[in-house]
Amino acid sequence: MASRQHSSSNRTAFWQDPDKRAIVYQVISLGIVLMVGYYLFSNTMANLERQNIATGFKFLDNESAFEIGESMISYSAADTYGRALLVGVLNTLKVSFIGIIITVILGTIIGIARLSSNWLVSRLAAIYIEVLQDIPVLLQLFFWYALFYQFFPSPRQALKPLPGVFISNRGLVFAVPAHHPVHFYMLLMALAAVVGSYFLRRWARKRQEETGKYFPVWRVSLLLVIVLPLIAWIAGGAPTAMNIPVLRGFNFVGGLNISPEFTALLMGLVLYTAAFVAEIVRAGIQSVSHGQTEAAMAIGLTPGQILNLVILPQALRVIIPPLTSQMLNLTKNSSLAVAIGFPDFVSVANTTINQTGQAIEGIALIMAVYLIFSLTTSVFMNWYNKKSKLVER
Amino acid sequence: MAVYDITEDYQDLKPPVINTGVIGWLRNNLFNTWYNSLLTLLFLYLLWMVVPPFIRWALIDSHWASTSAECHQSGGACWSIIHANIRFIIFGFYPPAEQWRPLTAMIILFALLMVSRNRKWWSRYLIFTWIAGLVVMGWLMKGGIFGLTAIDSSQWGGLPLTLTLSVFGLAAAYPLGVILALGRQSKLPVIRSLTIIYIEMIRGVPLISLLFMSAIIFPLFLPEGVTINKIIRAQAAIIMFTAAYVAEVVRGGLQAMPKGQYEAADSIGLNYVQTMRLIILPQALKIVIPPTVSILISAFKDTSLVVIIALYDLLKTTQSTLSNPKWMGFSTEAYLFVALIYFICCYFMSTWSRKLEKELSTDR
Repeated sequence: MASRQHSSSNRTAFWQDPDKRAIVYQVISLGIVLMVGYYLFSNTMANLERQNIATGFKFLDNESAFEIGESMISYSAADTYGRALLVGVLNTLKVSFIGIIITVILGTIIGIARLSSNWLVSRLAAIYIEVLQDIPVLLQLFFWYALFYQFFPSPRQALKPLPGVFISNRGLVFAVPAHHPVHFYMLLMALAAVVGSYFLRRWARKRQEETGKYFPVWRVSLLLVIVLPLIAWIAGGAPTAMNIPVLRGFNFVGGLNISPEFTALLMGLVLYTAAFVAEIVRAGIQSVSHGQTEAAMAIGLTPGQILNLVILPQALRVIIPPLTSQMLNLTKNSSLAVAIGFPDFVSVANTTINQTGQAIEGIALIMAVYLIFSLTTSVFMNWYNKKSKLVER
Repeated sequence: MAVYDITEDYQDLKPPVINTGVIGWLRNNLFNTWYNSLLTLLFLYLLWMVVPPFIRWALIDSHWASTSAECHQSGGACWSIIHANIRFIIFGFYPPAEQWRPLTAMIILFALLMVSRNRKWWSRYLIFTWIAGLVVMGWLMKGGIFGLTAIDSSQWGGLPLTLTLSVFGLAAAYPLGVILALGRQSKLPVIRSLTIIYIEMIRGVPLISLLFMSAIIFPLFLPEGVTINKIIRAQAAIIMFTAAYVAEVVRGGLQAMPKGQYEAADSIGLNYVQTMRLIILPQALKIVIPPTVSILISAFKDTSLVVIIALYDLLKTTQSTLSNPKWMGFSTEAYLFVALIYFICCYFMSTWSRKLEKELSTDR
């Protein structure tokens, strides 16, 4: 095609010139998109005007006048829609964060169990993966939520599996240490231990590269994380007071209460996503050929070192990208909370839409919040992919 | 892990009895190390705790065709809820006298799926058969011509609705997704950025927000006086959503094509459309069949989300059965039944996908 050009470029008709044709295609497609966009926009504006719906985000400052069942920040019906939506975002983040942690742990265990040499364990893991993957997550949420109401007794006859732990149809209530200033310092110490472990790891790696001496970073870090907060606790006078829930009237007072909605949502999301994570972990471990393990054994590494230095770095490269996308899926699926009445972001936004009629703004907010989650994740993914890319020689 | 295999030195010896047969199998697979033995015993105990009571509840103490009052008195499972409401759960508000029509449509669909399972049957005629089948199914469901009474689509519900949403959703999303994937790989910057924006936006938001959009905002997009049926709007949302995921899968296939394929097509003078249609797409689409099937499975499962915008799909009909005071409290049985339907469909698809994957990988 292009060969014709150099003989006589000015004789080529413009529809035979790929460069000019490309411009025409692009102008046409952009034109169509803009025209459709304008058509929809003008229709929407006309419709909104006819229905007397105001546009814009001013409603966020109005009083919300609805209560939210659970909230991480102080909130009442007298607060604004903006604050209500913030409560929703925090609830979404809470359930996603806790859910992701449990999912990764459970998924890894099931994934390893799938590879177990124990026939029974491996079969059970396979059945778990196959069954849970093939049932819609919404159905699973409904199932767990209904189970809570059907099988668990009222607070008066609550089950007591452990002392201080009560399970009833109002949720899971358990005793927590009573508030004490020492807890803050324990948290601080734990944080210090994590930061310290990070620098320890860097130092140990550097020393190993220079001198070849091995330093047991994991064991020392684990010790740090346990011992430092313990020291703070003992230094603070070792407070042992507990905040124990007691039955008063129809429900429990005190302790930490986890609502049935939250539990059902968390269970549904975790059990469903863990099946996918298990498959990812299994595929990741299997992607490291057995020769790697044998080679590592041959140069005399211990089983722990083989896992840490040889298998994990290679398996993680395969595991992390699909794992992050599963984490994102869990976050997006947490929007199904609206179906069982947990006040996550979508559920609060939905109530806001119903009360104010600001549908476009509400749905735009929902999309914007989830897009921010996804874009943050993909920024992380790009960074990780760049970092863990195989350096080929 | 055995580093050194001792049996190699004694190859002419017969294996001891404890290494063969049932005992050998048990020893090798369940009791080969002390912690494996412990695990086996632990899991056997757990199974013993769970399975017999479940069988007792589900099969022995259960009621299959009783009234709800009898069910409330017994402790076993009440499968009567399924028995008594099966027609509503499966067909929703479709007029009972006409329910043979969605039933026939579903049978046609399953027959077509069965035929399409076998790769030997894949040909141009199969595509025509599918198109004809879809038209006949649409006619059976909708009616209005050739002597069938018209049934408004607002009366569609249950399993036929779930299947309609997934089958038409995928049938429309697949070509759209291929076009989007080609757009994303295009050399033209405007087209590439438009498709990237579309794909990333759709993939970044939950399906539920698109369904809300179809239910609440979409009517605002239309000029005054024009309304579109709720099911079709939800269908459009599902198509838009699935297409973005199909596009990403197809893109993977396109990226796996070696550059030589494009260059070879260029060198024999094919234009863009010919290159794609004759050289690139047939190969690219073939290698992404397994991930496409998993998109199909998740699209099928995701149709259950239309519950949230109050369409009467399979899950919603089950829920409304449960809100009937007569049958309240038997949600476990009802949800297990629906879960079984979903499981059978998805299991069928995923085993098929695995089989296909095996077939496709050996012939290369």
